[in-house]
Amino acid sequence: MERLLTIIFVYILVENFVLHRFFGICPFLGVSRKMETAIGMSMAVVFVMTMATLVTWLLYSFVLVPYNLEYLQIVTFILVIASLVQLVETTLRKISPTLYQGLGIFLPLITTNCAIMAVALLAVREEFTFVEAVVFGLAASIGFSLALVIMAGIRERLELAEIPDVLQGPAVTLITAGILSLAFLGFGGMFTL
Amino acid sequence: MQIIYAIIALGLLGLLFGLLLSMAARIFAVKVDPRVDRVKELLPGANCGACGYAGCVNFAEAYVEGRTSANGCIPAGKETSKAIAAILGQEVTESEPVIATVFCIGDNTKAADRFIYDGIEDCAVAGRFNDGFKACRYGCLGLGNCVRACPFDAVKMGSHGLPVVDQEACTGCGLCVNACPRNLIKTLPRSDQGHLVLCSSHDRGKSVSRACSVGCIACKACIKACPQEAIEMDDKLAVIDLDKCDDCGECVAACPPGTIHPRSAVPKKLGEEKEFAENAASAG
Repeated sequence: MERLLTIIFVYILVENFVLHRFFGICPFLGVSRKMETAIGMSMAVVFVMTMATLVTWLLYSFVLVPYNLEYLQIVTFILVIASLVQLVETTLRKISPTLYQGLGIFLPLITTNCAIMAVALLAVREEFTFVEAVVFGLAASIGFSLALVIMAGIRERLELAEIPDVLQGPAVTLITAGILSLAFLGFGGMFTL
Repeated sequence: MQIIYAIIALGLLGLLFGLLLSMAARIFAVKVDPRVDRVKELLPGANCGACGYAGCVNFAEAYVEGRTSANGCIPAGKETSKAIAAILGQEVTESEPVIATVFCIGDNTKAADRFIYDGIEDCAVAGRFNDGFKACRYGCLGLGNCVRACPFDAVKMGSHGLPVVDQEACTGCGLCVNACPRNLIKTLPRSDQGHLVLCSSHDRGKSVSRACSVGCIACKACIKACPQEAIEMDDKLAVIDLDKCDDCGECVAACPPGTIHPRSAVPKKLGEEKEFAENAASAG
């Protein structure tokens, strides 16, 4: 239990996927313009990341390892994640149109997100148990959401600020991301696995 | 041997997922009206929201379900509206193409400021702060809410602090009309016919002339000069009826501050506003 809690805190705050490991920068900068889209994206990421870790872990441990095919992990994981997202999308569309409306556009966007892939690969490399891997996926995605929502909040305020001409647009966004990342460095060493 | 295992493993996995996906597609198939896609392809795709729906797809759905009409999409224009209507086998009720026009020419060389504003770059915010920094409480603040509202890049900030509507790019969607907290932008039928009183101030003549050199001072000289009787006073602001105006230009000559201009002289794209501002200054 203690280890699970440590995993949660480490991957939300200390080794935040976006701000510490620099995974998933594209959605982090791309959809952080409005709080509404940021929350939609966050929910989709939490959903897909957890599911992806769950499935890839099972596949790795019960298919790849027994047949000594560990070197195929990247190809297999790509296959799994892409099909999983597609499956989720079709299922969701039928079962819960409301949720589909909310997550709809973000689901295909995440398919090729490096953060999802990284979670799947790291869960294997860190030699987590099944429960740990799923919790790790959940924590990583919550960390991602946290960074995204904070960024969206800051950017909504930046819209109204008077920014020097040279810094407008992507420049100020990148600077903000950098400062945010520095701020999260402050959590370093607070928890260790 | 290794390579064969790898091929078999990946091949099987691929096959498995493929089957799973095709089964899911069958089981969870959702019927989508093919007409929605056809309507969506015809739409401009700017997702401007001028139709009142969140985006072009939502408009297409609403249209196919009969909740809106084919000309609900203003940026689409006449031809596209007809094509959209043809999908449902309907006729388009003609809507006149319109264009956005700014009803203020009190740029920063002609309209005085009361104080230096150094706050948030937003007209609505600046306007609420002590009635705005301009001496005229009706005039354009030039902080560009309309510029930011335009999804077609048709509204740009001119060199003298007034927005300029690019007549080629403007689709008449009316988003800038709603974005302006001072209601200075109106949509007018797309033509060069007629004259306009380019001022929105309802203040008394004396306060107007103190605040701005080109504001309407409600002197009624234009009303007397107009042979068509096309001009009326609306609460200390002259308004020209475009249906009655026959472009004779008598009012332009009669207007002491030079507020009235023919529509053909209104800047049509960024860059033309300089010449216009100089002409307006010498007319007054």
